[in-house]
Amino acid sequence: MSYLKLAGIDKRFGAVAAVSGLNLEVAPGECVAMLGPSGCGKTTTLRMVAGFEDIDGGEIVAGDKLLSSKAKNYYLPPEKRDFGMVFQAFAVWPHLSVFENIAFPLRIRKLPQDEIRKRVEDALRHTNLTGVVDSRPDDLSGGGKQRIALARALAIRPKVMLLDEPLSSLDPHFREEMRFEIKDIQRRLGFSILYVTHDQSEAMALSDRILVMKKGVVQQVGSPRDVYYRPANRFVFSFIGLSSFLRVRFAGGRMVVDDLELPFDSVGEAPAELVGAGDGVLAVRPSDVDFVDEGGLRGVVRRRSSLGEIVDYQIAVGSQTLRVQKTRHESGPQTGETCGVRFAMSNWYPMSDATDG
Amino acid sequence: MTGSFRFGTPQILFALAVGILVIFVAVPVLLIFFNALWVDGRFNITDTVKVLSEPDTYKALINSLILASGVTVTGTIVGTFFAWLVTRTDLPYKGAMRVLFLVPFMLPSFIGALAWKMLLSPRAGYINRFFMETLGFSEPVFNIYSYHGIILVETMYLFPFVFIQVCGALERMDPTLEESARISGADLFTITRKITIPLVAPSILSGALLIMLYSMAHFGTVAMLGIEAGIYNIPTLIYERIHQSAGSFGAIRTGTVLSTVLVATAALIIWLQNKVLSGGRYQIIAGKSFRPTEIRLRGLRLPLLAFCVAYIGFTIVLPTATIFLVGGLATYGLPITPENMTFDNYHHILFEWDLTRDAIWNSIGLGLAAALITMFAGVVISYVIVKMKVPGKGILEFLGMLPFSVPGSVIALGVILAWSGKYGVNIYNTIWIILVAYIARYMAFALKANSAALEQVHDSLVEAARASGATMWQALRDIVIPLVRPGMVAAFFLIFLPALRELTVSVLLYGPTTRTIGVAIYTLNEDGETVYAAAMAGVALIIIVTAEVVVKRVFKIKQ
Repeated sequence: MSYLKLAGIDKRFGAVAAVSGLNLEVAPGECVAMLGPSGCGKTTTLRMVAGFEDIDGGEIVAGDKLLSSKAKNYYLPPEKRDFGMVFQAFAVWPHLSVFENIAFPLRIRKLPQDEIRKRVEDALRHTNLTGVVDSRPDDLSGGGKQRIALARALAIRPKVMLLDEPLSSLDPHFREEMRFEIKDIQRRLGFSILYVTHDQSEAMALSDRILVMKKGVVQQVGSPRDVYYRPANRFVFSFIGLSSFLRVRFAGGRMVVDDLELPFDSVGEAPAELVGAGDGVLAVRPSDVDFVDEGGLRGVVRRRSSLGEIVDYQIAVGSQTLRVQKTRHESGPQTGETCGVRFAMSNWYPMSDATDG
Repeated sequence: MTGSFRFGTPQILFALAVGILVIFVAVPVLLIFFNALWVDGRFNITDTVKVLSEPDTYKALINSLILASGVTVTGTIVGTFFAWLVTRTDLPYKGAMRVLFLVPFMLPSFIGALAWKMLLSPRAGYINRFFMETLGFSEPVFNIYSYHGIILVETMYLFPFVFIQVCGALERMDPTLEESARISGADLFTITRKITIPLVAPSILSGALLIMLYSMAHFGTVAMLGIEAGIYNIPTLIYERIHQSAGSFGAIRTGTVLSTVLVATAALIIWLQNKVLSGGRYQIIAGKSFRPTEIRLRGLRLPLLAFCVAYIGFTIVLPTATIFLVGGLATYGLPITPENMTFDNYHHILFEWDLTRDAIWNSIGLGLAAALITMFAGVVISYVIVKMKVPGKGILEFLGMLPFSVPGSVIALGVILAWSGKYGVNIYNTIWIILVAYIARYMAFALKANSAALEQVHDSLVEAARASGATMWQALRDIVIPLVRPGMVAAFFLIFLPALRELTVSVLLYGPTTRTIGVAIYTLNEDGETVYAAAMAGVALIIIVTAEVVVKRVFKIKQ
């Protein structure tokens, strides 16, 4: 069962396709993060859901309410959509008190005075804002302002919250705190969240599902685990977490990296279609690579640098470079030494599946 | 150089800065206050009150207040409306409109007043005559020689103060402030009323105060349109008294008392403005930006465009065309038809008549000299204020910015008091007294531009030069001056361009051969030489607009 439904959404800015054929369903109480590099269309998508941008194709529905439809030439303006929204730059109104900021959407809806007071107090309590009701927003810190914005969005008790990089204007310390607070409020109140971010750890921590976009096209939708462990393509692999790639050729039942043997026991089975095609890309997380004394793929440590808690290696494998990370407690080779590596976990992608371009 | 003698470059700069500000700014202004408040060497406030309660002076005070309030209200409404229209709606050609609305800023308002006199004076105005002679009206449709007329013309030239401020605020405003109101359920009209207007209110107010400041001290329009109907404001009454009585004690005294009132009012307005700017301005600027939602004018789109075009046609094109056409008439009052047109007037004032030719060269010469001197003085003083840690630099800053709040008529009067021989130097009736007054008047412009440039030059740059072995003087010459050159160039043109069209100061100081362009137009009009006044105004418009355009193109200075 889904509450918010986006079907076949297209959006063009002039000749540029900002979003193409996007499908997404958000269930009640679910948190979906839209993740991708800047310009990938995630913010545009959120703004189409909010109603700040019209759509050039497809349909957006919330519950039984049609929001935008190209086919029916229908567009409901943002003020009629009953969403809560939090913006990156807080967007709290400096000329209104904290109370009036939060009460604004309620006053627009002409709620009775005591209902407004009660709802504002509720919203303040949920966001841990106390003792600042009559302050001006400019007297509060960035975290405080973002709490006002959150409380204002909560005041109408929306079924869906739209969050546009709500944490990226905050100090790193506040960011983590707010992240868990948002999650906590959502659990208590049970609304759905559609969340835009370019910070993958934020997306991992907060969301039930992650939608990864690139150049207006959805690359993958899945649980944080799926997206991390089973990235749909090289782009998703490299966007989530650290990554290292090796070009591998398949010939005569053997796997070779440049001229070096890649033994079967050091890596999982390659997909048959790649073997048939003759080459492929081996994608690994640097922390999923283990050093072995005997066998494995042989390389030379070009650079070994201690980053404090972890040690970072660059291993020359033929003409290619493999990145390896180990914790400082694990032993490893020194610069210039020859070593063998095997891959505890890896993914295979076709050679044509470029990371960018 | 002797190392033990502690009088190096910093001390010279400091002495120079103090000297310039005291001689050019402090002395004239102090003399005004002294003459206004002291009688026979004793402080005497009762006598000051007596001067103020004379019917004429009292009336002028009230008039200044009425006119300034009227212009402030109308100018603020007009400026805010057009600013909203060009920044927040889907008005067609709004980019071009935005530029056109700023044109009145570079045109001298007294030339506009002259044009409106020729169009709407009750008997001779071309529009009024058209209505009476051709359409058979029994009375003129509008009398420009009235409070309404003056407010109308001043509004046309002063509304850009609000327009610029509000445009800037609306454009810099974070669009999500309005979007969050929309997602909260508010429609665009509610957002404009409850969010947008309150958020830009400080900018509206600060622009309104600027209009008030300029209008209180405004000479040209009131002189052109008010004197005929007996409407004097403070600056025109000062002019009238000084001019008629050629420096008699009574006239000077009235002038200084009025000036004191004017300075006090201006100081109050500036104080209020600073308060608005520092306290009331919200942090509404944000980085990430989608364009704000444009309000769809729908059916009003074309009517509003027509309104803007009509406004521009009526306030810019019509007066300008009138100036050039009347300037080409053989005799004032003839119908504007091809057979009555001639280039003789333009030829006469440009090539034959010493009075007008002198005026053009005087204005250009004065503008260049004032700009050059003030630019260099401005660098020195700004350096002392911004970079040197000397006690009393607050006083220097105050003195330097003082001319911002001291109207032109007051500076002119102060200069008369200081430089008419009473204190050893008499340059009255020479071009030098105008130059001295211009330096005082435009010092604040130079300080502003140079201070801004100097604040960008980090102290470590000079320290690095000194560490490399440069003397203080060498560091200034090789490091600081090249880095602040853009500020100096800006200062030069910020002074040269307004000096070209200056009237208020020079009209109080001119002698038989030292008319400026503004004075020449003004006196020709006074003497009834209307066609020559118009022709001269036409020439002035060409010089001023050419200078503005060339300067903006070549140096890309923003106002």
